[in-house]
Amino acid sequence: MGSASAAGHGINITHDKAKDRHVTVYVMGKACLVPGDATIMGAIEYAGHQIIRGAGCREGYCGACATLYRLPGDYRIRTGLACTTLVEDGMTLAQFPSIPAGKAIYDIETLKPDVSAIAQTYPVVFRCVACNTCTKSCPQGLQVMDYVQAAKRGDIAQVMDLSFYCVACGLCMLRCPAEITQPLVATLAKRLYGRHLRKESRELAERVRQVEDGSFDPEYAELMAMSREALSQRYYARDME
Amino acid sequence: MYPEYMAASLRMVDETRARRLELAKKPEPVYPPMDAAERRAVLEGFHPDFKSDARRPVRVGPNRGDILTTEVAHLLESHSWLRPEQVDLSRPDFETDLLIIGGGGAGCNAALTAMKEHGVRSLIATKLRMGDANTMMSEGGMQAAVARADSPTRHYLDALGGGHFENKPELVRALTEDAPKVVQYLENLGVVWDKEADGSLQVLHGGGTSRKRMLSCRDHIGAMIMRTLMDEVKNHPDMIEVKEFMPAVELIRDEEGRCAGAILYSMDSEEFFVVRAKATLIATGGFGRLHIRGFDTTNHYGATGDGLVLAYRAGARLMYMDSVQYHPTGAAFPEQIAGFLITEKVRGAGGQPLNKDGELFVFPREPRDIEASAIIRECVQNGGGIATPSGRVGVWLDSPIIDLIHGEGYTAHHFAAIHRQFLRYDLDITRVPMLIYPSLHYQNGGVEINERCETNLPGLYVAGEASGGVHGRNRLMGNSVLDYNVFGRRAGLFAGEYVKNTTLAPLTLSHLDRHERDLADAGVDSELVTPILLPSYAPEDVKKRQLIRGGNVLPGSSVLRNRLHSDATL
Repeated sequence: MGSASAAGHGINITHDKAKDRHVTVYVMGKACLVPGDATIMGAIEYAGHQIIRGAGCREGYCGACATLYRLPGDYRIRTGLACTTLVEDGMTLAQFPSIPAGKAIYDIETLKPDVSAIAQTYPVVFRCVACNTCTKSCPQGLQVMDYVQAAKRGDIAQVMDLSFYCVACGLCMLRCPAEITQPLVATLAKRLYGRHLRKESRELAERVRQVEDGSFDPEYAELMAMSREALSQRYYARDME
Repeated sequence: MYPEYMAASLRMVDETRARRLELAKKPEPVYPPMDAAERRAVLEGFHPDFKSDARRPVRVGPNRGDILTTEVAHLLESHSWLRPEQVDLSRPDFETDLLIIGGGGAGCNAALTAMKEHGVRSLIATKLRMGDANTMMSEGGMQAAVARADSPTRHYLDALGGGHFENKPELVRALTEDAPKVVQYLENLGVVWDKEADGSLQVLHGGGTSRKRMLSCRDHIGAMIMRTLMDEVKNHPDMIEVKEFMPAVELIRDEEGRCAGAILYSMDSEEFFVVRAKATLIATGGFGRLHIRGFDTTNHYGATGDGLVLAYRAGARLMYMDSVQYHPTGAAFPEQIAGFLITEKVRGAGGQPLNKDGELFVFPREPRDIEASAIIRECVQNGGGIATPSGRVGVWLDSPIIDLIHGEGYTAHHFAAIHRQFLRYDLDITRVPMLIYPSLHYQNGGVEINERCETNLPGLYVAGEASGGVHGRNRLMGNSVLDYNVFGRRAGLFAGEYVKNTTLAPLTLSHLDRHERDLADAGVDSELVTPILLPSYAPEDVKKRQLIRGGNVLPGSSVLRNRLHSDATL
């Protein structure tokens, strides 16, 4: 959601103001009247805050805007990304832009893609009590506990697959009673998979060799010497796969 | 859910799908691609860059007299945060060999490469967190000519044609020739590429590609690469120092005219710090958050074109800053995600743009500026658009056809992020199409560089979206992910080499005095203080009340007050 107006699209359609509905949300404890169809991030900004921590990509990829909230008459603590979660009337919310977690330092080359890597870097994983709170708190709907269990078994491929869409907002580790740092484990597992468990591409190796051998030098030289007209001709005549 | 009044149009999309599926199964294009004359006509008629007030001459600086995007010209004709006479340059707060401004893909690559190739230490200063960058958000893919049917020279010709033959040839050669090596390098760092069963890389088409060349990591390539690079940077705290929430607000030069570091600003304490550096890399990304021509943007929160301002005031020349890339497919509904990126990979996989009658009106994989202009034409001239309840307009992007082409489950697996995004609003894109409209996406131009990432200012390097020349006036899909990898690494390589033989003279900010004189001489009357750092999304009435309390906006006053300028000032 931005400040940009639909007018920038060159077409004007009258906005039906009568349909606007406002709700009350409690931003870090303070009541604010905001549009009923706002995202949490939009509501915080509507209330006049300049967010410095707590907004990043604003589209659900970066994990900067982890938010906890409760709804009236409901004891449960809910979680969401402020950029994509809609407000509800009576919502009380707080952002958690940074959640403490100690990243392990390692050399991806020398780690082995099995349980030994987990034991060396994030042994806290073995404290998992399988309570499933992490999974319930994931705004991406990932099976977090399942990947923690896979990490305990050293099944790196499964950790990679189950955690593929982790945005590292950290809400799981905030809620985890075993104090596990799940997003860090997810990043490690993906790197281990990419580095050590991938299937090699023969054609990639060949292509890199061709480039290093200068196989394309003559054609580059020819193209770079061509006039714009000649290039244009060749471009529009090129065959398409 | 879509509003009831769209039901008739949605029904027509359903009705035409079987016929369009037949077209998609044939080897010929589903709609005739445009030739050179048709491309020119749609661009000049409908691309936002061609509106009469979209560009104007800039009155000061190295590009004085050049026609630039209007908002960019405003940005360059603005004041510094600093009063140079109050800055003590004789005792720098930090010293480093290589200062990297920006903690996105280009910056991380440069730091890692300078370390690995030259043993050079660097300091990364970034406005928000590391990885708060457009790099994090790219969805669809990266171009690299790795398939046997393809070649780097074909990639070269495609990129040049997409850029209307205005790209700097030596930059396009570097881009396309380094690409296969970049794939290997990223894989060795642990990037998980989509692969075929035999281990070869999965390739798809993108707009303007003549061979299938788009590599992917499902629809999360940016997050995959960014998190890998950040993790590796953080594995070397002794060689790479990272300062978050510390944007640069001005470059420093030495008395021999070289770039010699920057002034950083703490977003928390509002202090300024002097960094002395033998070489400086601008890797600050693009400018989507300037909301050029009022467009929504796909860009991250901090994309305010800071690097352009810094480099320009220090004397660096810009290239192609008269051209803006609008991504053809930004979300137009629901309102909460307006402007969000819908990856071009959707069309690479067979997704089709359709008008309100459910009919094709453009080849789905034209280069971006052409495709975006054709969508605008369909809405503005042909009346083929669908209006949204909040006053936007868009056309359909038929996604249900993708599973019909590739088999059930394909969309859920390969487009999981977008699928999830729309499901939050009860829209299942495997069953209903998305409503889309072009969204402000990419800064085609930037600070002019050569293939070593050097600028006309010695000691200043630029890489990634902040640079200009690689893409001409129109970038193709998948060439920006490639760009920040190729040129981020090159910047680390060549800047790392440069610092070894450089001894700095005393530091100066005299270029700021010269800039102020130039503004006065040109009769520029501007209250704007830049870099912008962050946009303000407070409602206008809130901004007005904030300004009353804040008093006059003076250079050097708080960042908060500067941000209160309404969008109209920009």
